[in-house]
Amino acid sequence: MKCNMNFESWGRFPKVAHIGELVPHTIRKVGEYLDSTEPPVLPRGLGRSYGDSCLNEGGYLLSTRHLNKFLGFNPDSGIVRCESGVSLDELLQVFVPKGWFLPVTPGTKYVTIGGAIANDIHGKNHHKAGTFCNHVVCFELERSDGSRILCSRDNNHDWFRATAGGLGLTGVLLWADIVLKPVHGPYIDMESIKFENLNEFSRISAESAEGFEYTVSWLDCLRDADKIRGIFMRGNHSEKTSEKDSDMLHSQPGFASFPFDAPSVLLSNPTIKLFNFLYYNKQRGKSLKSRVHYDPFFYPLDKVAHWNRMYGTRGFLQWQCVVPPADDNKAIKMILEKITENKLGSFLVVLKEFGDTEAQGMLSFPIAGTTLALDFPNTGQRLFDILDELDKLVIEFGGRIYPAKDARMAGSTFQKAFPLLDNFRKYIDPKFSSSFYRRVGRHDLLSGGD
Amino acid sequence: MAGINKIAVFGACSTIAYETLKLFAKDGAAFYLCDRDEDELKRLSGDLSVRGAGDVGYSVFNALDERSISEAVENILSKHPDLDGLFIAYGTLPDQKRCETDIREMNKAFTINFTSTASILTQMADHFVKQKHGTIAVISSVAGDRGRESNYVYGSVKSALTAFTSGLRQRLCKAGVHVLTIKPGMVDTPMTADFKKGILFSQPDVIGKGIYNAILKKKNIVYLPWFWRWIMFIIRNIPERIFKKITL
Ligand SMILES: Cc1cc2nc3c(=O)[nH]c(=O)nc-3n(C[C@H](O)[C@H](O)[C@H](O)COP(=O)(O)OP(=O)(O)OC[C@H]3O[C@@H](n4cnc5c(N)ncnc54)[C@H](O)[C@@H]3O)c2cc1C
Ligand SMILES: NC(=O)c1ccc[n+]([C@@H]2O[C@H](COP(=O)([O-])OP(=O)(O)OC[C@H]3O[C@@H](n4cnc5c(N)ncnc54)[C@H](OP(=O)(O)O)[C@@H]3O)[C@@H](O)[C@H]2O)c1
Repeated sequence: MKCNMNFESWGRFPKVAHIGELVPHTIRKVGEYLDSTEPPVLPRGLGRSYGDSCLNEGGYLLSTRHLNKFLGFNPDSGIVRCESGVSLDELLQVFVPKGWFLPVTPGTKYVTIGGAIANDIHGKNHHKAGTFCNHVVCFELERSDGSRILCSRDNNHDWFRATAGGLGLTGVLLWADIVLKPVHGPYIDMESIKFENLNEFSRISAESAEGFEYTVSWLDCLRDADKIRGIFMRGNHSEKTSEKDSDMLHSQPGFASFPFDAPSVLLSNPTIKLFNFLYYNKQRGKSLKSRVHYDPFFYPLDKVAHWNRMYGTRGFLQWQCVVPPADDNKAIKMILEKITENKLGSFLVVLKEFGDTEAQGMLSFPIAGTTLALDFPNTGQRLFDILDELDKLVIEFGGRIYPAKDARMAGSTFQKAFPLLDNFRKYIDPKFSSSFYRRVGRHDLLSGGD
Repeated sequence: MAGINKIAVFGACSTIAYETLKLFAKDGAAFYLCDRDEDELKRLSGDLSVRGAGDVGYSVFNALDERSISEAVENILSKHPDLDGLFIAYGTLPDQKRCETDIREMNKAFTINFTSTASILTQMADHFVKQKHGTIAVISSVAGDRGRESNYVYGSVKSALTAFTSGLRQRLCKAGVHVLTIKPGMVDTPMTADFKKGILFSQPDVIGKGIYNAILKKKNIVYLPWFWRWIMFIIRNIPERIFKKITL
């Protein structure tokens, strides 16, 4: 199979060529492929990572799309065993009607269990539930030497910690046991509250931490930093059971699909300002309570398939950081100031307080503090320079950048922020690598990485 | 539920079958799965059970082994004397070039894709006739609508399947038993792993849903996705004197 196949990540940047794709249909085939393929290999789920952590330039991607079987479910414990290519979408379709929900979910349901573990993903309930791998009981890892390692907190815990958040570098996850969470039905009781500045955000966030399982905020960022406003959303699973069978399920995007690469005018600052203005003023009063289906609450963007095409062929960059708690939100304020100063517009600015549950993985991203995520159309070098400056601020404040969303940080930025990297390297499978790892992870990068 | 409740499946582990069975599992159907790899049968039965299937049993069978077919048929009917669904979904895509010189390979293609299926259908028909209800669904292919240079061995086995199921439909209709002939276009499965995937390729879940709906609606012949009906209409109507000169 010597063909030049292009795979993209969700941000559609960078554009790189691969040698080919390996598509095992059975668990047995995974080993056969690993044995017979020239390195480098990288497992691939649904490619919902934004940057290059799901790309492997000049190598192979091993797709898990057919490792998509459920292997068992225990209704007493709520533990489901499934293969690593099962998507959260499929899990919800099967388990919400039975009264179960995901313990942690990201902002899209089109990610696989393998991807969720390999990035140790977080959701709107991080302050209560920690990361995805906090709810993983065990999993099996296949290595290119043919060995299989069963990893849990009691067994091979070091391998568990290397693979959780391990960016697909330690081997192929075959299957995992995940603890689901019981719910009454598919609805969320939610409340959105407008805030006028960051202090108000912090106050509402602190007030909500105890009584609300899910919290997240949207920010309007093309304003002066001291006038940052936004909408704080908080919610809990509703006790109301489903009204009709069809409500148990979520719909698929169907015809709502972004059909082509958009022209860049769509993404100019005036458009973003208008969008933000409309979004902020959609809600009239200070606060609004409602009961909504889980689908629009967690996955508003999934409504439009391929929404990433909105950013045109050059793609876009997502930048997500977390900074430890600081007085007066100093770090977040400085970051936002820099963004407004440079007139970097972003449609989707998300702000959330992480809790202090410790993540399991050696390279898990979340730490206690505040996380901020922004999307920028890829406008070239100037953007890259500004993002480098933002990275510096983050590192100064003891924070880090999320690898799942990164396509450009310097090796030193990554290596300073993830102190367990040295230890992690021992667990990397010799046949495995990724574009991301070669760009920022290798031990020889630190000196020249800036 | 107006569908079918107890379904025997030959080629249960095929990608297209799986996408169809998932939907029946959600409705709580019971299954008897037949394919040639025991590990895969086990894996599939676990999955369908989690999805809500009733009882799931399985037998290993190989289309090249007549005895294994009779054994599977026996197992099915002794386990489910009231079986009301039969779904045939196994097959191979023979190497056309090789079949042009290797007669054994060509004969093998006919045995796997046609003779064995005709044998299963013949052995099972009696049960359905006696029971006076039930549905039989068989995957043929658009390739059976007209023999083409690039794959006429596959085309002719599927053509034979289409003719066989058409006759069977007439016969069983009188006993109140329904026969569905399924004609998918090109689908992204292991069978077509080496093909470049153009816009005419469909994803298996789309085909699975189409089969599920066609079974519930008691369709006779279904093209999946629907546009293949029109593509094949055109291909069937190209005059032979022109057709023979082009390469398809
Ligand atoms: C709209 C949107 C919203 C998002 N919101 C959030 C959010 O709120 N929180 C958050 O944490 N993330 C979020 N993400 C990021 C996303 O959750 C992660 O990037 C996730 O890992 C993607 O999973 P995937 O199946 O697409 O994996 P891919 O992107 O294909 O791969 C991700 C990594 O997992 C590895 N991998 C995949 N399968 C396996 C396997 N079987 N064995 C070993 N390694 C494997 C890959 O090698 C790669 O390193 C969001 C993404 C999008 C597009
Ligand atoms: N894919 C397409 O484009 C397409 C188009 C039209 C029609 N179809 C038809 O759709 C059906 C399903 O195919 P698919 O595309 O889903 O392919 P698939 O996933 O490759 O499934 C083929 C199945 O047939 C089984 N099989 C092969 N040889 C066998 C034998 N000798 N005895 C018993 N079982 C055997 C295979 O078992 P193993 O896995 O053990 O080999 C496998 O489970 C086939 O009838 C095919 O002709 C496919």
